[in-house]
Amino acid sequence: MASSKKYWKSGAELDPNDSIVERLKQNEFVEEIPIDGFLGDKDTLDSTSTNRRDFLKFIGYSTAAASLAACEGPVVKTIPYVVQPERIIPGIANYYATTIADGFDFASILVKTREGRPIKIENNTYAKVNGAGKARVQASVLSLYDSTRLQGPSANGDAVEWSQFDTEVRAKLMAAKDSGRQIALLTQTYASPSTERLIADFKAAYGNVNHVIYDAVAEDAALNAFEAKYGERALADYDFENAALIVSFGADILGDWQGGGYDIGYAKGRIPKNGKMSRHIQFESNLTNSGAKADKRVPLSPSQLKLALAKLYGKLNNVPVAGELPSGAEEVLDSVAGQIRKTGSRAVVVTGLQDENAQTLVLALNEMLGSKVFDPQAPKYIRQGNAKAVTQLVADMKAGKVGALLMDGVNPMYTLPDPTDFSEGINKVGLSLIFALNYNETVAVSQYVASASHFLESWGDAQFKKGFYSLMQPTIKELFDTRQFQSSLLRWAGIDKTYYEYVKETWNTSILAGSDWDKALQDGVFVPAEMPIPEDAAPKEKPGAPAAEIAEAETVSTTIPIATAVNSLAGADPEGMELTLYTKQGLGDGQQASNPWLQEFPDPITRVSWGNYVTVSKVDADRLNLKNEHVSNGALNGSYVKLTVNGTTLEGVPVIIQPGQAKGSVGMALGYGRLEGMKSEMRTGVNAYPLFQDFSNIQSVEIEKMSGMHEFACVQLQNTMVGRGDDIIKETSLEIFNTKDKDHWNAVPKVDYNHGEIEVRDKNADIWNSFDTEIGHHFNLSIDLNACTGCGACVIACHAENNVPVVGKEEVRRFRDMHWLRVDRYYSSADTFKQEIEDLQNLPAMEPYTRIETASYENPEVAFQPVMCQHCNHAPCETVCPVAATSHGRQGQNQMVYNRCVGTRYCQNNCPYKVRRFNWFRYNGNDEFDYNMNNDLGRMVLNPDVVVRSRGVMEKCSMCIQLTQKTILDAKREGRKIEDGEFHTACSSACDKGAMVFGDINDSSSEILKKKNDDRMFHLLENVGTKPNVMYQVMVRNTTEA
Amino acid sequence: MKKVPYRHPISKFLGACLVVFLLFSTALFSQDEAATQGDPAKGKQLFNQNCAACHSLDRKMTGPMLANIESKVIDAGKDRQWIYDWVRNSAGLIKSGDDYANKIFNEFNKVPMTPFPTLSDEDIDNILAYTAAPAATPKPAAAAGGAAQSAAPASSGINNTVVLGALVLIFGLLVIMLVLVNKTLRRIAEANGVVLEKERAEKRLPIWKAFVQNQFLVFVTVVFLLLAGAYYAFGWMMQIGIDQGYQPIQPIHYSHKIHAGDNKIDCKFCHSSARVSKTSGVPSLNVCMNCHKFISEYKGNPEGPSPEDLANGYTNEFYTGEIQKLYDAVGWDQENGSYTGKTKPVEWVRIHNLPDFVYFNHSQHVSVAGVECQTCHGPVEEMEVMYQYAPLTMGWCINCHKDTGVKMEGNEYYEKIHAELSKKYGVEKLTIAQMGGLECGKCHY
Repeated sequence: MASSKKYWKSGAELDPNDSIVERLKQNEFVEEIPIDGFLGDKDTLDSTSTNRRDFLKFIGYSTAAASLAACEGPVVKTIPYVVQPERIIPGIANYYATTIADGFDFASILVKTREGRPIKIENNTYAKVNGAGKARVQASVLSLYDSTRLQGPSANGDAVEWSQFDTEVRAKLMAAKDSGRQIALLTQTYASPSTERLIADFKAAYGNVNHVIYDAVAEDAALNAFEAKYGERALADYDFENAALIVSFGADILGDWQGGGYDIGYAKGRIPKNGKMSRHIQFESNLTNSGAKADKRVPLSPSQLKLALAKLYGKLNNVPVAGELPSGAEEVLDSVAGQIRKTGSRAVVVTGLQDENAQTLVLALNEMLGSKVFDPQAPKYIRQGNAKAVTQLVADMKAGKVGALLMDGVNPMYTLPDPTDFSEGINKVGLSLIFALNYNETVAVSQYVASASHFLESWGDAQFKKGFYSLMQPTIKELFDTRQFQSSLLRWAGIDKTYYEYVKETWNTSILAGSDWDKALQDGVFVPAEMPIPEDAAPKEKPGAPAAEIAEAETVSTTIPIATAVNSLAGADPEGMELTLYTKQGLGDGQQASNPWLQEFPDPITRVSWGNYVTVSKVDADRLNLKNEHVSNGALNGSYVKLTVNGTTLEGVPVIIQPGQAKGSVGMALGYGRLEGMKSEMRTGVNAYPLFQDFSNIQSVEIEKMSGMHEFACVQLQNTMVGRGDDIIKETSLEIFNTKDKDHWNAVPKVDYNHGEIEVRDKNADIWNSFDTEIGHHFNLSIDLNACTGCGACVIACHAENNVPVVGKEEVRRFRDMHWLRVDRYYSSADTFKQEIEDLQNLPAMEPYTRIETASYENPEVAFQPVMCQHCNHAPCETVCPVAATSHGRQGQNQMVYNRCVGTRYCQNNCPYKVRRFNWFRYNGNDEFDYNMNNDLGRMVLNPDVVVRSRGVMEKCSMCIQLTQKTILDAKREGRKIEDGEFHTACSSACDKGAMVFGDINDSSSEILKKKNDDRMFHLLENVGTKPNVMYQVMVRNTTEA
Repeated sequence: MKKVPYRHPISKFLGACLVVFLLFSTALFSQDEAATQGDPAKGKQLFNQNCAACHSLDRKMTGPMLANIESKVIDAGKDRQWIYDWVRNSAGLIKSGDDYANKIFNEFNKVPMTPFPTLSDEDIDNILAYTAAPAATPKPAAAAGGAAQSAAPASSGINNTVVLGALVLIFGLLVIMLVLVNKTLRRIAEANGVVLEKERAEKRLPIWKAFVQNQFLVFVTVVFLLLAGAYYAFGWMMQIGIDQGYQPIQPIHYSHKIHAGDNKIDCKFCHSSARVSKTSGVPSLNVCMNCHKFISEYKGNPEGPSPEDLANGYTNEFYTGEIQKLYDAVGWDQENGSYTGKTKPVEWVRIHNLPDFVYFNHSQHVSVAGVECQTCHGPVEEMEVMYQYAPLTMGWCINCHKDTGVKMEGNEYYEKIHAELSKKYGVEKLTIAQMGGLECGKCHY
């Protein structure tokens, strides 16, 4: 049976003697509730004479005082607009299509505004490319309301007016021009046609202008390889939806690989249709989301990855490549080569190794395969950085050749591996000027600091991919005295136009080709009717040609000869441990480090929030005597290490022992450890950029253990399913899915009834009367475990929609995180499913599952499962509430009434899914929780349709009842029926992968009804008999070899 | 919370004298002026019906101010016939090339005057007579009336005090008399040798002691007191936070009575977002200016303010002053008829405050259910100063939801669900409660 597979969440669970895990199975919290803590410090408490009687007196007095105080109601003022803008009706949301293009994240989005305030980011469903909100994009609206933003321009540390700023800067620019020294623009990647034109105009005005594009997390090798081959500095695009076989060498295609945005197509190709789905084979060092979703994952260290790639190329071309791979890997490669041959043009090979040889080889391989997935003709422009130019610029600065340095969207003092050269150089520059949102490391060393506008306050445009345009429009007037870089350049270049006019002009003259500007602006995206790429522009191998017959691909003269590439890849010689630097789904490159939503967002794989760490394999950890342990309160602690790369040392980096981490390799996330201008709570983690040397994500590293233990805020062990391991995740293989009966791979749990067995879905299995849900709407939510990539966009969308508070590192450590929606990550044993079943069958009946699980520390299978309130039709929480604060609605929602709740937490104890969250404190307007809800600016992001909960009440997912109610009301007002697809929740609309589908099962035409009747449908812990309104679709892995 | 004006009797008396004096003098004065041809009274009526929308006697509006207009026209070298022509067809007069007509046309931004061909010569004469008459005539009469009216309650107030005082005095005298009588009787009794039965009284238990010793009685009383105390405490607690009748003083004295009552302006004309949004919306000041660009002065009803209004100080000047406050807030330059751009947003005091944890949507009630605004907000059209009419408690909401039927006629949304649900409950018309309107989550999220 499929459900015999065992899942585990943390290494501690594998230890049969771990008392904490045992305790967590029985108790929600490991420790007793520290009541003394509420009353103050324990020592002080003991030393005072406050006894129980005094305490009661205080309680009595405060109740009386509160009642008396309540007699006098506060006077509430209401201030209407003097002149109400025509488009704004108080209480009604407006949506604007715009674009985020901050140099790291590029996406076409919709912005929901209320009374003129942007409060939420939604996906732009018109966009065919990057119309997605990742967690960071979803959270970017909060960065607009960051209380640490720069509020006005300053010159040499003194606040000045823009007029004075302009005068001085222009004078200095003219001086630089006259001196003949270069004027350098050091910027992020804009991928913006208008900005490109503007910079050309600026060059025309000042002459010696050098525009250097700098991506903090460089894709330099991929760009160089592509440029050499195709003559354009861009990145090949991949259409994973049409892929039948994806072979990845260290490319986190579901993460930020090459700018991200590939997860949508990938997820669509992963849902079994007509018995078919794509097969994904991942070779990688760190365990990434992509590795987690792969059908087959082979952990290899970076040097082994290079060798494996070279060998794969050799095998496909019948060229022997020397070198040793770990046992098993060679066979996998043989099998992969065979599969590639079989799949032909629907196979694709990708790599995330920042190595020009590897990138060149991959381009050649895909050309050779004639891969339909691979698209070099309409490449992506969302990474354009040039590491060589950046290095040259720093050298020029040091040599005093730079007269003026204008920076936008970059923070080199933080992101450069060695900022000392830069800081030395910037002192020799006549004019150093930076546009920044927040005070940061580079602001600290710049003469002129321009307060930049947030993208939600700016005009702009972007071309993500050749022929796919997107427009950026302001959704709010500048909150502070800020100005965007482009407006300033226009002024300094002497062009008497606003940037809006300039963008419009660019579009009307060179992009729209007669199409309507207003329409393009309303849609936010624009694709010219005729795609500018002729189909047969470049020679492509005939699709379907057997790859083996293809001789070594012809190469463009400037590219690295393939043979050289193969040899140098095969000859990669590892020294010591190898480090792979990566970016997290949460903080990314670190631009939004002061965003509390992102800081508290748990990493999809390690489930650690508030900080980064180095991931090591179990073998290496044992060798180095590194430890992860759960302390008495259940929280995770880890050893500290010292990392040294080429003489650069990072001290005090905490360690996470990561199942699936390749032996001999370690991983570490960039983007943490920002200090300048950050609130103390947000100064988390260690800055890994000093190790990002030569702009390469792969480094040789020495590791040394340090003393002390780090306290992690890890939600890994929390909310285990009370020891009920079965029926949580169901998975099967494509083969079984196609050939066997549904009862085999998705059996409904049975219960005893009348001396026989009946399905738990049977009416007789109920001891409760069912609710009548036949009439009206009945909402269900379906989550497809195949399509879910664990990205966590839903988590942040839920935060934004439902005013979920941020509780901070200490509270997360105490298991008091408030996420209404969590994405659980489960590890499971064994490489193959079959093997595991055999293993299980061969074990004695009562054997703890520890034995087979331990082996999987090396390379576990991973499953993601988003869990929110399951809205049970027979909800255990409802029956135990003494004050009926949680009740059932006819539409299927389990309703939580905050004002009725007295905080007994019985419901939380009785919930089998552990989805209820208790407000241990008042998280708004409380200096102890100095996050966005503690200042007026940060509170502007709150959704006015959802209450901010007070202390002492329980809260949980409401299935976004405010959104379903709104849809119903709109229909009532317009006197019409509701069409399928109108209902949505924050998570379902944030999920661009289609993993979450929401709707009304009483609507016979609805998609959700089809999902409910799908063979793959199952409920979480169905044997408990709660009859949830949230359903899951069985995960199918395409494990068929060759 | 209502403001009760306090007036000293002496000042009232003086005021009355003043009014009488004024009445006398103006009456004489107006008799003097009434000699010109035409009837000013009829003229006033005509003026209010036809001219007042664009003209005022003492101020430029859309059209010129009309006080003594005839003399101005004559000064310009025109005669009464010219006025007749202008009133009946100003466009024709302008077209004919008349210099003065063109001058006025240009001076008032080339806004043509509505032609009034139906006005006879006599009508126009009457209007001219009215414009020639001084404007202040109606006020003193009304003021006098008001003074007379307001004097009456004042005198009754004095009477009450006097009566009360007298009663207290009589009562006091009675007490003194009783004491004296008692003393006298005792003296007589002593003199007659009657022995008062003091001893016996001392032996008997005092009633309170007896009460204390009867434990059952004590117990019952204590229970009763506790219950009663709890009852009243509960009642008192329950009204905490309920602001029924809350009537704060607003920064601008906005009279719903004048707007919704006298002028019969529909509620949703100003509170337009009630139709589509969750909030009814305090109208923005530009909505006020749609009308108040032209209505800069309160003229009240033709008979002048009612006595009670006058007692509260709600005179026409008072209201005009409030309109002026609007102009200040919105930055309207009345002289030039343009906005200055200097605005001062008005900080109204919010009357209806629902707690944050309640979701209430106006459009659901107003547009979907078709509930009259007055159902919850009370007789707003009679409210001079707005107050909270309903208690806005949950019980009040629930009761209405239990009793009120769903208005589903012609609403396609309700068709299916209503048919199915009414079958289930065996009723012809569903109440909101039966539709699920009592579910907690429908209002609390």
